[in-house]
Amino acid sequence: MASIQIDDKSIDFQPGQSIIQAASNAGVYIPHLCYHPEFTAHGSCRVCMVEVNGRQVSACTTEAQDGMQISHMSDDLQQTRKQVLEMLFAEGNHVCPSCEKSGACTLQSVAEYCGMLTAEFTFQYPQREIDASHEDFILDKNRCINCELCVRASRDIDGKSVFAIAGRGGQAQLIVNAVDGQLGSTDFSVQDRAASVCPVGSILPKHYGFVTPIGQRSFDLKPIEQQQVSGHEG
Amino acid sequence: MKGKIKIATTSLAGCFGCHMSILDIDERLIDLVDIVEFNRSPLTDIKHASQCDIGIIEGAVANSENVEVLREFRRECKTLVAIGACALNGGVPAMRNHYSLTECIKESYLDGIGLDNPMVPNDPDLPKLLDKVHPVQEVVKIDYFLPGCPPPADMIWKMLTDLLAGREPVFTPQQIYYD
Repeated sequence: MASIQIDDKSIDFQPGQSIIQAASNAGVYIPHLCYHPEFTAHGSCRVCMVEVNGRQVSACTTEAQDGMQISHMSDDLQQTRKQVLEMLFAEGNHVCPSCEKSGACTLQSVAEYCGMLTAEFTFQYPQREIDASHEDFILDKNRCINCELCVRASRDIDGKSVFAIAGRGGQAQLIVNAVDGQLGSTDFSVQDRAASVCPVGSILPKHYGFVTPIGQRSFDLKPIEQQQVSGHEG
Repeated sequence: MKGKIKIATTSLAGCFGCHMSILDIDERLIDLVDIVEFNRSPLTDIKHASQCDIGIIEGAVANSENVEVLREFRRECKTLVAIGACALNGGVPAMRNHYSLTECIKESYLDGIGLDNPMVPNDPDLPKLLDKVHPVQEVVKIDYFLPGCPPPADMIWKMLTDLLAGREPVFTPQQIYYD
C-alpha cells in the first residue's frame, strides 16, 4: 500500500486522499479551520500548512503521494500558523471573555493549541452587524472568519444556499440569501447541517446561552487534537 | 543575588481581576516576598515606578493617564509583561470602539436610563478619554504576553518563576486560555 511519512510516522493512504485525510485517519492531528471531512476542501484558512519536500503546502488541498516526506510541527510551520491565526484575531472582533462560544470554539482552541499568546498585529475593530431576526439563531458577523463552512453545508448538504461570501479581500463578508439580507427571511432551520458547522461564534443558537457552563464545554472536556481526527469531527 | 528583584504592577482600563489572579497564587506569595520587592502597585500605594526589573500591566489604554502610566512603566522596567485580555487586545473596554466617543459619553452621562442631574463631567483633573481604546502593545514595546480573563494564577506563577530564574517563560497549550 502507498504510504507517506509525517515526521517520524509512516502512514498508509488510499489513492485520492489528501494529506490531512490520511493524517486524520492515522490519528495525526494537523490544525485546521476551513477544512471539514464532510465537505469539499477549501484551502483558504492556511492553518493546515505542512512542509512537503521543503515546500509549504496546505494539507487539505494537496493529494498524498507515495513516499512524500512531510513535516507538520516544525518551528517554521508553527510560526506561520500563529501569524495566520493572529491576523484572524486582529481583523475581526473576537472577545473570548464575553463570547458564548468560548470553550467550544474551534478558532480559540486551534490558536491555543498552536501556542498563540496574543495577536501582535494592529487590531481593526471592524464595524459589523449582528442579525437577530431569526427565531432560533443569532448571526454575529463580528466573529466570522470567512471559512465558508456554512456556505458549503447549506449549498451541498441542505440544498438551500442560505449563505455566501460577498466582496473581496478585506471587504469579504458573509451575506444571507434574502431580499432584505436578514436570516429571519430565509428557510434556515435548526435541522440544517449549516446550523451546527460554524467553527466560531457567528451562527449561534438562541435560547441555550450559557446552558453549558464555562469549563464544561467540548474543548474543555476533550482537547481539539483528540476531537478533530478521524471519526470524531463534529 | 544582590538585593531583591523589584516588581511594579498597575491596572490601566481594567477591572483589577488580573490583580486578583496575582493574589490567587495564595501562599506562594510568601515565597515571593522573600525574593521580590513590590514597587509601584496597588499592593503598596507607591505612586511612581522607579528602576524596576519587572513591570506587570493589566488593562487596556483608554485615556491620557493610561498612556502616561504605561510609558512610565516602559521607561522604568527592564521587562514589561502585559496580562489579561484587555491589555492584549482591548477586551471588554474596547467594545466601545464600535461607537463614537460622543455616543458613549452621551449614553453614559446624558441619555442613559435612571440618571440624576445628567451632565458630562468636565473637571480639569479628569484624564481625557482617547477616541478609541488600544491594546498596550500599540503604545509601547511589550516583552511578554499572558492571555486570559484573567490569566490563571498558575500561569502568572509560571511566568514569574521563569523570569526570576532568568528563563524565557514558555507555556503549554493546556496552560493557555483566552477566556
